[in-house]
Amino acid sequence: MRGEQGAAGARVLQFTNCRILRGGKLLREDLWVRGGRILDPEKLFFEERRVADERRDCGGRILAPGFIDVQINGGFGVDFSQATEDVGSGVALVARRILSHGVTSFCPTLVTSPPEVYHKVVPQIPVKSGGPHGAGVLGLHLEGPFISREKRGAHPEAHLRSFEADAFQDLLATYGPLDNVRIVTLAPELGRSHEVIRALTARGICVSLGHSVADLRAAEDAVWSGATFITHLFNAMLPFHHRDPGIVGLLTSDRLPAGRCIFYGMIADGTHTNPAALRIAHRAHPQGLVLVTDAIPALGLGNGRHTLGQQEVEVDGLTAYVAGCSMESALEAASLHPAQLLGLEKSKGTLDFGADADFVVLDDSLHVQATYISGELVWQADAARQ
Amino acid sequence: MKLIILEHYSQASEWAAKYIRNRIIQFNPGPEKYFTLGLPTGLPRDHPESYHSFMWNNFFKHIDIHPENTHILDGNAVDLQAECDAFEEKIKAAGGIELFVGGIGPDGHIAFNEPGSSLVSRTRVKTLAMDTILANARFFDGELTKVMILITGAHKAFALYKAIEEGVNHMWTVSAFQQHPRTVFVCDEDATLELKVKTVKYFKGLMLVHNKLVDPLYSIKEKETEKSQSSKKPYSD
Repeated sequence: MRGEQGAAGARVLQFTNCRILRGGKLLREDLWVRGGRILDPEKLFFEERRVADERRDCGGRILAPGFIDVQINGGFGVDFSQATEDVGSGVALVARRILSHGVTSFCPTLVTSPPEVYHKVVPQIPVKSGGPHGAGVLGLHLEGPFISREKRGAHPEAHLRSFEADAFQDLLATYGPLDNVRIVTLAPELGRSHEVIRALTARGICVSLGHSVADLRAAEDAVWSGATFITHLFNAMLPFHHRDPGIVGLLTSDRLPAGRCIFYGMIADGTHTNPAALRIAHRAHPQGLVLVTDAIPALGLGNGRHTLGQQEVEVDGLTAYVAGCSMESALEAASLHPAQLLGLEKSKGTLDFGADADFVVLDDSLHVQATYISGELVWQADAARQ
Repeated sequence: MKLIILEHYSQASEWAAKYIRNRIIQFNPGPEKYFTLGLPTGLPRDHPESYHSFMWNNFFKHIDIHPENTHILDGNAVDLQAECDAFEEKIKAAGGIELFVGGIGPDGHIAFNEPGSSLVSRTRVKTLAMDTILANARFFDGELTKVMILITGAHKAFALYKAIEEGVNHMWTVSAFQQHPRTVFVCDEDATLELKVKTVKYFKGLMLVHNKLVDPLYSIKEKETEKSQSSKKPYSD
């Protein structure tokens, strides 16, 4: 497991000949690692009078914090919303396979499902540190069933619910114990949503607005109650209108609590959102952009029929990554911002001293060449192997 | 002393870097033979860490020096005299300073050469600590130690004038280096603004000779093959 900065016995690794993402910039600096954490080389030099035990030449590549995916429904044939007997194996498989995509932490996402599914699946996916076995599980993202009928998207109508009767108790009855839950997506226009949002926020669970027909006012009220995230901006919500921008208007609203940053997920595959719309959002509020995959079980598989929760979907064609901003911005949107959303920015999503040494080695086209978790190499591209 | 005049700050820096490189190669250091580089001791301003940070970010992190081989005078020491004595011992143990590199503050005392604001504190007591060491000729054994002073920028012009065109005096302690046979002053055009035209012309006329100090020598890595081929002796001051 992770050691302390002062773990005198642990080996000191020095990654040289690289550019690291620090303070929003790509700097020509070395990255020092010890005991699974980023090390301050100046302290090592002056206080401990030590040099590195091992130097690794990064060939001029980019070192960025490992990517954090807060919305991923499954992949490689695994569907997180399926109540199988061995949910853990499915999660482990996905956790291992996403390492090659540079993801070092993720939130397995469950789509709208009947209570039986939640009761069976949720307890089987605990929070777990990453390592050679796979990316770390930060907690579950429960997307639905407390969402709008009109904006349910691919979620099954039969299993939508409301919490009008008993607010938070309804939610607890549906999901079961919330120990493993990190994010809940709900529609704030549902009755008594504010009680629910406050109760979830009080428990440290991130509340996200999505699959909703809320107007801007309702959305702002939800933020005042504690909501901090928007699930896949533009998708499954009312379109931006100049007289009522809806949930999208949160990006530039001046009616939010002071100092609060509203984060918004974007699926940057060029299909879910037109790149021009993505750029509008980014320019309006660059600090809040969080890149998500919203990947489905068919990720990594070929064309054909696959399950997504209680439904079946056809897969046809490929997805593509669309760049609409600077490299540094894009990297932060995939690492720092999701970490900030979850309040983890001291240890994740950053290469600052003391943070967990979860990082990726990228070439100039941002292709992942190697992935590290806790300073340990957990994946490497074939060409990079020596 | 030699005065080396380059056009701009960047050329002066490059000349100085090549000079240091040549001195190290010529010295031919080894595991038993350490090349000792002396630098002005930073005097802490608000807190000591700023000096250490400066040394780390601008020097130590770019080279592979072992922390054990770096010695920093603690200008904040309770007993400054004792600190200087201990420092003196360390220098002796290392075989004396081979090359001292420094700049001058606008007040004529040895300091870092920074184009912007200086790291050096203005308090007299702490300034004396550095001068005490410098004024001590013991460290600057004429035959062994070389000194390079970097002076760039118009705001240093007056100090340079006092250092080389006026006599040796205690108010401008760098002037003591006029008499040192192996001292090189490296400056840019702006720093010569207070000098006499004839001084500048004289030294510019000597640049052809002085530039031999920075002629490329053999690479230490390839010295085994090259040394046997070349019978030329490198230019030495």
